[in-house]
Amino acid sequence: MFRILQQSLKTGVITEAPPAIDDPELERLGIELRRHVHARLGRSLAIRQVDAGSCNGCELEIHALNNPYYDLERFGLHFVASPRHADALLVTGPVSRHMETALRRTWQATPVPKLVIAAGTCACDGGEFGVSYASRGAVENVIPVDVKIPGCPPAPLELLRGLLAAIAPDAVPVADPSHQQDD
Amino acid sequence: MSRLDWLPDFLARLAAEHLLAHSGDEAVLAPAQRLVLDPEDWGNAAKVAARMGLRHVGMWADPSEGAGIVTRVATGADSTPDPQGIAVYACLEYQGGYVVLETAVPLDQPVLPSQTPHFPGLARLERHCHDLTGVTFQGHPDPRRWTRHQAWEEGEFPLRTDFPTAGRSVRHVGADADYPFPKVQGSGVYEIPVGPVHAGIIEPGHFRFQAMGEDVLRLEERLGYVHKGIEKIAVGRDPAALARLAARVCGDSTVAHTWAACQAMERATGGAVPPRADWLRALMAERERVANHLGDIGAICNDVGFGFAHMQCARLRELWQRRSRALFGHRLMMDAICPGGVAWDLTAEAPALLLADHTALRRAAIPLFDVIDDHPSLNDRLISTGRLSTAQVRALGCTGPVGKASGLPFDVRRDCPYPPYDRLEVVVPQEREGDVAARVRVRMSEIQESLVMMDRLLMTLPAGETTAPLPPAPPGAVGLGLVDGWRGEIMTFVRFGADGRITRFFPRDPSWFTWPALEQLILGNIVPDFPVCNKSVNGSYSGEDL
Repeated sequence: MFRILQQSLKTGVITEAPPAIDDPELERLGIELRRHVHARLGRSLAIRQVDAGSCNGCELEIHALNNPYYDLERFGLHFVASPRHADALLVTGPVSRHMETALRRTWQATPVPKLVIAAGTCACDGGEFGVSYASRGAVENVIPVDVKIPGCPPAPLELLRGLLAAIAPDAVPVADPSHQQDD
Repeated sequence: MSRLDWLPDFLARLAAEHLLAHSGDEAVLAPAQRLVLDPEDWGNAAKVAARMGLRHVGMWADPSEGAGIVTRVATGADSTPDPQGIAVYACLEYQGGYVVLETAVPLDQPVLPSQTPHFPGLARLERHCHDLTGVTFQGHPDPRRWTRHQAWEEGEFPLRTDFPTAGRSVRHVGADADYPFPKVQGSGVYEIPVGPVHAGIIEPGHFRFQAMGEDVLRLEERLGYVHKGIEKIAVGRDPAALARLAARVCGDSTVAHTWAACQAMERATGGAVPPRADWLRALMAERERVANHLGDIGAICNDVGFGFAHMQCARLRELWQRRSRALFGHRLMMDAICPGGVAWDLTAEAPALLLADHTALRRAAIPLFDVIDDHPSLNDRLISTGRLSTAQVRALGCTGPVGKASGLPFDVRRDCPYPPYDRLEVVVPQEREGDVAARVRVRMSEIQESLVMMDRLLMTLPAGETTAPLPPAPPGAVGLGLVDGWRGEIMTFVRFGADGRITRFFPRDPSWFTWPALEQLILGNIVPDFPVCNKSVNGSYSGEDL
């Protein structure tokens, strides 16, 4: 127990103080995002992530949104375990034909109003895999998509920017894939 | 001492069973030795190999045009070769030496004896091979389809040359509802179907549990949901485009898979890689290992409610990824390896930054690992959970942390080293307990060993070019890539066609052998321990579904 406290105290500055202080863009995006989520869906946005055929690269970066640096939940955004609890679907991958029905059913299980965010180049346009006997390509070939976040995979900040775009489609342009987060 | 000292013994044992092994062009799949067999000897050769203790590295078939001819001419069995043959390969390893068995079957009657009865880990590879190429394996204990769900019909084989890449049907693909799961019946027995869409941020797959009370009686995995036709869309690519595809076989192992594919293409074409590129490739592969192990250790702790370690590991991983972005151009180092070398070079200041990073990570991780290794609530959940015996991992052919935690410390970097590991001391951690705790300890040790190796790589980093042009591929050239990724041994086969483009690409991820291990290690454990058991293995869905 003592060692845990010691380790926590030693690294506490990073886990407790929002990294946004060192990262003005994150703070700006976060606050704006919270405002829009509040206006449209109440205090929070519940996100159901669906991997429809990705290589797992996008999942790693979506995971990173929950790490102490980005700490997504402080903005009122959180991932939920069921589409029935979700306001938004965050879909990755080209849609493999084997996942086509599962994705459609997940979409049907999500209550209206719902948002669909296609995350990653594959989800946006099929990416390296395109359309084939095994792949439907872009997510919009299977279910309607509201926002696209390109990037292979999109960095956590690009994902956050995309989530903002999902809430306020007119206010913020979708992330440019050439613009990646700097240290 | 050669790593193939045992080969004469193996050949003698084959001869004793009256099996004829022709060694055609032996070096064509170097470092593996190529042995050509008659199709009817396929199963018995596996029996001999299994008795001698060889590990099966995987099997694949090549139905591309011309693939079968080479073999049939080499065997001398047929003076007018059938141009429509399917070549079938099986790779085996023993004491760091590799052999590739090769045979060919006619397209109109592609039947081979199954090797699965002798190597149980091969079951899914043979089923996958059947679903995609149509080779039928006689005597296979489980003839159900594997990779095929409903996207193409029974009797259609996507890797055949007459199957269009776009497929034959554009209709909606229905759910794979009628897959025949065996039933377990009895008083109090119930089923839990999970997936393909999971509750967390993970890849899709279906798990069918049969349980009684809390205890898991049986688990069957049903994967194939993220099958993207990688082997088919590889056909016709040039080397650069194949490297891009290989980088996306499995996003968490992007460096290792790209390296294996490039190594295979370089061996097929005789292309040389500048020493600096070898060093940088290894540096990236070790960075990938550290990043993924950090993530896994944290996630395992999180699955038993120890959030402290999860957040600490996530913090270290994020710092690591930011450095990868700054110095290697990408947070996961995707597309950083290209045929003939690497696509990026380190700046002059980079080595000092990286060395300081390594020291900082060591300083942060060692006290953290001390806590994880010796914390009562973690010990309570991880020790003796999800146990896998040495005999089980040996039978399945598991490599990587799953094998190393159960007493099989095979590591390509040490046991069949490729540059630059032939110039490095590779220390491979080994544990015997085979439980979740042992798999955590292996990961913690590997992080520390990787840090030592990366220091060494940076201190001996050669100057010079970072890429050399890949020579044009001779028609029909084949190559084998063998790389140790963080999940274990990756084996990649490539074959070039007459136009210098790829006609066959098969990357065999280590997950082919560790997923079946999960079905075994969960038995007798409780359903709520499944997430932590699963995470301790962390098989790739995308890497196996292809």
